[in-house]
Amino acid sequence: MNLNWTAILPEIFITLTALGVLGIDLFYTRYQKDKTLNAIVTLSGMGIAFLLLPFLSAKTQIFTSLFVLDPLAIFFKMVFLISGSMTALISINYLKMEGFDLGEYYGVLLFSILGMMVMASANDFILIYLGLELMTVSFYVLSGFFKTDLRSNEAALKYLILGGFASALFLYGISLLYGVTGSTEISYIAGYLTEQTRTGADSVAGVTSAVLSHPLLSLSLIMLLAGLCFKVAAVPFHMWTPDVYEGAPTSVTAFMSVGPKAAGFVVMLRVLLVALGALEKQWMVILAVISILTMTLGNIVAIAQQNVKRMLAYSSIAHAGYILLGIVASARVLTAGSASVVFYILSYAFMNLGAFTVLLALRKEDKQTGLMVPAMDLEDFSGLSKRDPLTAFLMLIFMFSLTGIPPTAGFVGKFYLFMSAVDANLVWLAVIGVINSAISAYYYLRILVYIYMKEPKVVQSVDNSSSLWVALYVMALATLLIGILPNLLFNVARASVVSLF
Amino acid sequence: MPYILCFTVNRFMSPIPLSYYLVVSTLIFFIGMLGVLTRRNVLIILMSIELMLNAANINFIVFSYYLNSLRGQIFVFFVMTVAAAEAAVGLAVIVYLFRNKNTVNDDEFSLMRW
Repeated sequence: MNLNWTAILPEIFITLTALGVLGIDLFYTRYQKDKTLNAIVTLSGMGIAFLLLPFLSAKTQIFTSLFVLDPLAIFFKMVFLISGSMTALISINYLKMEGFDLGEYYGVLLFSILGMMVMASANDFILIYLGLELMTVSFYVLSGFFKTDLRSNEAALKYLILGGFASALFLYGISLLYGVTGSTEISYIAGYLTEQTRTGADSVAGVTSAVLSHPLLSLSLIMLLAGLCFKVAAVPFHMWTPDVYEGAPTSVTAFMSVGPKAAGFVVMLRVLLVALGALEKQWMVILAVISILTMTLGNIVAIAQQNVKRMLAYSSIAHAGYILLGIVASARVLTAGSASVVFYILSYAFMNLGAFTVLLALRKEDKQTGLMVPAMDLEDFSGLSKRDPLTAFLMLIFMFSLTGIPPTAGFVGKFYLFMSAVDANLVWLAVIGVINSAISAYYYLRILVYIYMKEPKVVQSVDNSSSLWVALYVMALATLLIGILPNLLFNVARASVVSLF
Repeated sequence: MPYILCFTVNRFMSPIPLSYYLVVSTLIFFIGMLGVLTRRNVLIILMSIELMLNAANINFIVFSYYLNSLRGQIFVFFVMTVAAAEAAVGLAVIVYLFRNKNTVNDDEFSLMRW
């Protein structure tokens, strides 16, 4: 047995940091109001784990190939660590202002990142399930973190019930797949099903193997898809998304719209393209329909929203639809399709986190109490360019990027996605995608209309804490840089998926 | 021969056919599913989710017996642990709901709609 511990060094490090943050809270900052120390430890832990990643030998399988460290896993772990540290940065002042500056926040945040990292490296359904649950259970806690806020409570409740339901579906799917194929290991399942395809083709022409047409296999495929689609908030399973995103603390929402989604997609890549690659004719049709529904519903319902946080929630549903389009395309053009998926997830991480950060930074005066409360409505954005041109300009970058206007990351990402769909002979799907991004321009640019063309209606203020602004600048710069020099990162994305097949 | 069709594996004595176990686990799974969809008490919904997880556990154990592979049984240990963690967090959420609203009926929690 190969026990190469160095491959899980980043995970070990994140675990120790998470426990350390809880320990600091217990012994050191317990009676202190200020929890900045916890945030600093969290950030340095994530930074060290991030710096460790490039030095690990990619293409290691340890624990009887339960855990695999390939370039894809490393790429996604970097995405998780970057978005996680951005979240920690924007949370510091936000939690203080909302009066919930508790040390556990950072600990639970680290545990959720650990769950995602495990998911990115999982080569076995046991580990996929464990990582998924570690991530989801941490997010139950995080979304209900504002304990006395009824909306936060409600978000936690809805996420708990629907998340538990989806995990149970996913688990039942795994159990059926185990029964049909005889293992839970992804590479074994892939080999077994491919072999069945071959023997089926050998015997009688037109008759597939008994395993491939077995109803339990189709049932397990549907249940696995349901569980994964829930995690990435694709349409028949998107009902929780707007409510949970709206109720949860904004910093958590920002991370929730990026991290679990990326983790869900990396599992989807491994499960659908590798493990169930032999069933691609079955899942391709299902996913194509889901992708179209997701894009269309997300974009159309987002138009009707007055609450910006809820609007961004629907927009994140729509973006899941675009990424699913890439996965459908990668059923036919493996490398180009999945590389565009990976690339889009990275650019989406920066632009979406950025948009949520601007929302989080903006506060307005409550007319009744005179206190500064988080700004949520479209009206609250009116006239922001006159009061704070810099924040307004950053919001412009993020909104342009989400719409897909050059020279931003969102444009290049969408370009690669739709190109891979065209390469896969799915021109109609690409056309639907383009129409949808035209629809999305309406509600993204409406925010800019409010910011640049209307007079201020409420007293606004922008959080000017340095940690938040560091994160904001990093995200804006990354959004622009990916848009201007896409080749650099696209080659990395391409190299990371090549190892998958 | 696909594994799933080997009902006739005769190991120690004439075993109960695999399909019997599968019918039981499917029934339990759907009872749990109906519970989540129809009951309004959050505690009972949580119990129904546990029921769904246990239906999957039955599957794992039965398949593990018929396939002569230990993976399924190991998986069940992990599922039980995860279910316990999920229940702990779930109950904590419910405690806070009850403190703030004095009810655990999920119809009462409808601040956010489209």
